[in-house]
Amino acid sequence: MTKNLRVKSSKFVDETYKIYFKFNGKTYHGYKGDTLASALLANDIHLVGRSFKYHRPRGIMTAGSEEPNAIVQLHKNTSRTEPNVRATEVEIYEGLEASSQNCWPSVNFDIGGINNFLSPILPAGFYYKTFMWPASFWKKYEYFIRKSAGLGKSPTEPDPDIYEHRYIHCDVLVIGAGISGIIAAKIAAKNGFKTVLVDEKPYLGGSTIYQNSEYFKINNQISSSWLDKEINEIKKIENLEIKTRTSVAAFHGYNFLLAREDLLDHLPFNQRNNKIRQRLLKIRSKKVINATGSLERPLIFDNNDRPGILLSSAINKYANLYGVACGKKNVLFTNNDSVYETAISLNSKGINVEAIIDNREEVDSKLIKETENNKIKVYKGYTVVNTSGYKRINKVTIMQLSKDGQKAIGSKISINCDCLGISGGWTPAVHLFTQSGGKLKFREEDQVFIPNKYSSDQISIGSCNGDFTIDEILLSVPKNIKQFLSIKKTDFENFQAHSSFNKSKRNIWLLPSDKNIGKTMPFVDFQNDATAKDIKLALREGFRSIEHVKRYTTTGMGTDQGKLGNMHALGIISETTGSKMGELGTTTFRPPYTPLTFGTIVGRNVGEYFDTFRKTPIHDWHVRNKAEFENVGQWKRAWYYPKSGESMHDAVQRESKAARDSAGILDASTLGKIDIQGTDASEFLNRVYTNAWSKLAIGKCRYGLMLNEDGMVYDDGVTTRLAENHYIMTTTTGGAATVLGKLEDYLQTEWPELDVYLTSVTDHYATVSVCGPNSKQIVSKVIPDLNFSNESFPHMSFKNAKIGKIKCRVMRISFTGEHSYEINVQASYGKSVWERCMEIGKEFNITPYGTETMHLLRAEKGFIIVGQDTDATMTPIDLQMDWIVSKKKYDFIGKRSLYRSDTIREDRKQLVGLLTEDPDEVLEEGAQIVADINKSPVEMLGHVTSSYYSPNLKKSIALGVVRGGKKMLGQKLIIPMENKKINITVADPVFLDKENKRLNA
Amino acid sequence: MFLINCPYCGEREQSEFKAGGEAHIVRPKQPTELSDDQWAEYLFMRKNIKGIQFERWIHIHGCRKWFNVARDTSNDVIKAVYKMGEKPPTN
Repeated sequence: MTKNLRVKSSKFVDETYKIYFKFNGKTYHGYKGDTLASALLANDIHLVGRSFKYHRPRGIMTAGSEEPNAIVQLHKNTSRTEPNVRATEVEIYEGLEASSQNCWPSVNFDIGGINNFLSPILPAGFYYKTFMWPASFWKKYEYFIRKSAGLGKSPTEPDPDIYEHRYIHCDVLVIGAGISGIIAAKIAAKNGFKTVLVDEKPYLGGSTIYQNSEYFKINNQISSSWLDKEINEIKKIENLEIKTRTSVAAFHGYNFLLAREDLLDHLPFNQRNNKIRQRLLKIRSKKVINATGSLERPLIFDNNDRPGILLSSAINKYANLYGVACGKKNVLFTNNDSVYETAISLNSKGINVEAIIDNREEVDSKLIKETENNKIKVYKGYTVVNTSGYKRINKVTIMQLSKDGQKAIGSKISINCDCLGISGGWTPAVHLFTQSGGKLKFREEDQVFIPNKYSSDQISIGSCNGDFTIDEILLSVPKNIKQFLSIKKTDFENFQAHSSFNKSKRNIWLLPSDKNIGKTMPFVDFQNDATAKDIKLALREGFRSIEHVKRYTTTGMGTDQGKLGNMHALGIISETTGSKMGELGTTTFRPPYTPLTFGTIVGRNVGEYFDTFRKTPIHDWHVRNKAEFENVGQWKRAWYYPKSGESMHDAVQRESKAARDSAGILDASTLGKIDIQGTDASEFLNRVYTNAWSKLAIGKCRYGLMLNEDGMVYDDGVTTRLAENHYIMTTTTGGAATVLGKLEDYLQTEWPELDVYLTSVTDHYATVSVCGPNSKQIVSKVIPDLNFSNESFPHMSFKNAKIGKIKCRVMRISFTGEHSYEINVQASYGKSVWERCMEIGKEFNITPYGTETMHLLRAEKGFIIVGQDTDATMTPIDLQMDWIVSKKKYDFIGKRSLYRSDTIREDRKQLVGLLTEDPDEVLEEGAQIVADINKSPVEMLGHVTSSYYSPNLKKSIALGVVRGGKKMLGQKLIIPMENKKINITVADPVFLDKENKRLNA
Repeated sequence: MFLINCPYCGEREQSEFKAGGEAHIVRPKQPTELSDDQWAEYLFMRKNIKGIQFERWIHIHGCRKWFNVARDTSNDVIKAVYKMGEKPPTN
């Protein structure tokens, strides 16, 4: 039978609205307004998961986004499953299914729990130290480590939900809608600033909204009632946008912030259809007000991690906000006044508080008096030295603290309990502030880091600025906002705020135990199972920097980024090494503040919207004719056209043979095309290409090689002189945009005196390339009015022509080594010209070929592909292309670099042809080339860059780069593969028609 | 992500721009007359300072114009934006 710990109705929970949900397969109920955590606690369930390393039973520890332990998997084995969700943030809805993580077979009986007994041999760095050797065993270790690591399970099916991104521009962004944030937002909005107020929770008012005690008053009203009225007022302000369930994930420079807005996660699935689940807000705000509040610190003592141990403030929140008692026999343990507020509050709701253990010896405040009046035993000057109860705390053991706080003395006292609330004071939530580049300072008196220097137009107010009590807040917030927004008066002048909170605190980072520390388990990072002794071990082993200790012990590296324990880790390091807290610094807080779903990050950019892709005007024809496609940059290019039953190899061999035997046709529309005009166009080309351009006659084409200033080949292509001051340049498909960018760069910055205009016309023209011995027959029928004689229209020349009424530019140029024409027409006519070529070419068995065949054909001819046969280390000399480098030109981009001491070395890697001893053996691209396999270490001479089986030469051919290769013609080399050695011979890179007979035929 | 005030278009998101390295490195007029060391100085050597750095930026997804930016590398604050060919601000 489950126990019901619902104590007293709360206005935040609607007890008339029952919601059924499942946890670990069992059905429970809660009410509308409950979180999964509050509903579980109401059913007296504390044990929620197992810890990461030792598989210790763990329960709910907090009531907010800082939760380290109660992380669950939602909707296991469905497409909507989500791992590592904090039970303290999940709002329950009908049909919710949650399950424990990191346990097998169940959270109650977990085999991995054995690690807890092995803990003495699993210290920090255990994996690093143990699985180091023998190195070859790592593959085996890794399998088991990976299997046992990790928390939840990621989904295996596509996410069915919809996500989106949205921009928000505002004058003032207020982060956090606690009392400080609400005051700030009201002042800003009422003074005409376009204001946005965001909070991660579904309700406004932070922790003050359930503050019902007489001990905290504003203008003589109980603070929650006062705040309620303020909230009602701000909801009516027009230029104030309020967003709840919105968590700021990142605070970047220039006040650019990212936030996640949850729109559907609190609703049952049947109300979510076709709606946006989460939104990534990209916020640019002129001014930012951080009102992110503070997080309660735990206390670090032996076995401080058992289910049933919660932060005192969480117990308070569960009682007051959700009407849930976390236990029937509560004990509280503190170093400050916070727990008394909880005690009084529990008492007023009839929840039993057995005792309070306060590590301060001489303390007195109104709150303590009131607690003692309520007959709650307060042990002053005591500390908890141990707890017991495996799956739920059942006892605390306390001892007196020595005067210096270093030892536990006297006799042990045991107190039975089922819940222990702990409070180690408060830590300002400065995560976003530091993300933005802000610098912190350490305040000695209460041992907190507070904002010091801002990197942008922003301010921190309230408890994230170290002003923890409502009297401090009401005094400081209106004053600071007034100054920050340069306004004269606010509605919050001369307020009377009263807090009975006494600020005294006895900060001891690691509480002493009667046992040797080696025999204790004082957890600092609850999620990653890092204890105080791990930190001390790291320090003994020589780690000093907080960043190193963090990585070695994994403290603060969980999904909660150590929101609870990081301060204690720092404190323990400081105490152990004797260095000052302020000088140690903190670890870096990185975005996101709480984890984001991948869906939120990618938004609408999924599936076909993930990246734009470009199609040629002939694309549909390729699709209809069953082409396989290849991605080249953003382009989808036809790769090969398999006939039924054909493999890729079969298709490419057939296409290659047809192109040389009769005719082939290629869609070359993707080649970059840049229109160049201006009186200095020729001079410009002289400067950007390695060869000379001034003397190129109108109507002629020329191949050009473009270098970077470092002398390395950058791009290549054919440029045609259309008129005196008019050229059309083609670039590689992938290089089009960067070539244009580079040319623009030189024109704008180095040579602004040149009269040259560049226009990208890649998308404006479709290019149909017809090649092969019968290409002339076909193209002359497609364009009957043009004279195709060799005299009138020789290789490397250009003609304007017409196909019916369609204007076209025809270039006789070739990338295959065959007699070949490129017909350029306005893009919209591309498909019809292609289809016409196909129709006329039928009698010649015209064969469409894709990029693979194009690559094969050009390799037969020894033409390079920039980016395949070159990388950014190849000069034209390395490519055996000395012929294209002008000796006469005074200068061109990269010229000076061609005779640097490094580029003139003779043992550079140079492009050569490679032939295999066995003509049927096709080399693997990327394979290493060596001369002597027995030398140790084996000297790598180079690698294979292109390799094909040539159906026209009936043998395997390859291009590769080999150190000093130019002088190695005919030399035998070896390509060692995993299970064989391949013998090769260095050859001339031109394998076919060296005399260019086919080109000029 | 910072905001850059393009001298031709006005203030825009950083994602519309591309950085082009250190500014005011002029391509030598007579490269052939330089020693290897002098050429290497032009080609490879770039400053990487903490503080105000003069950089080239292009409004690549906008007007496609190059211009110069004086940026504090320690906090990404842009102190000045000026056109190509203009002298860097002195203050």
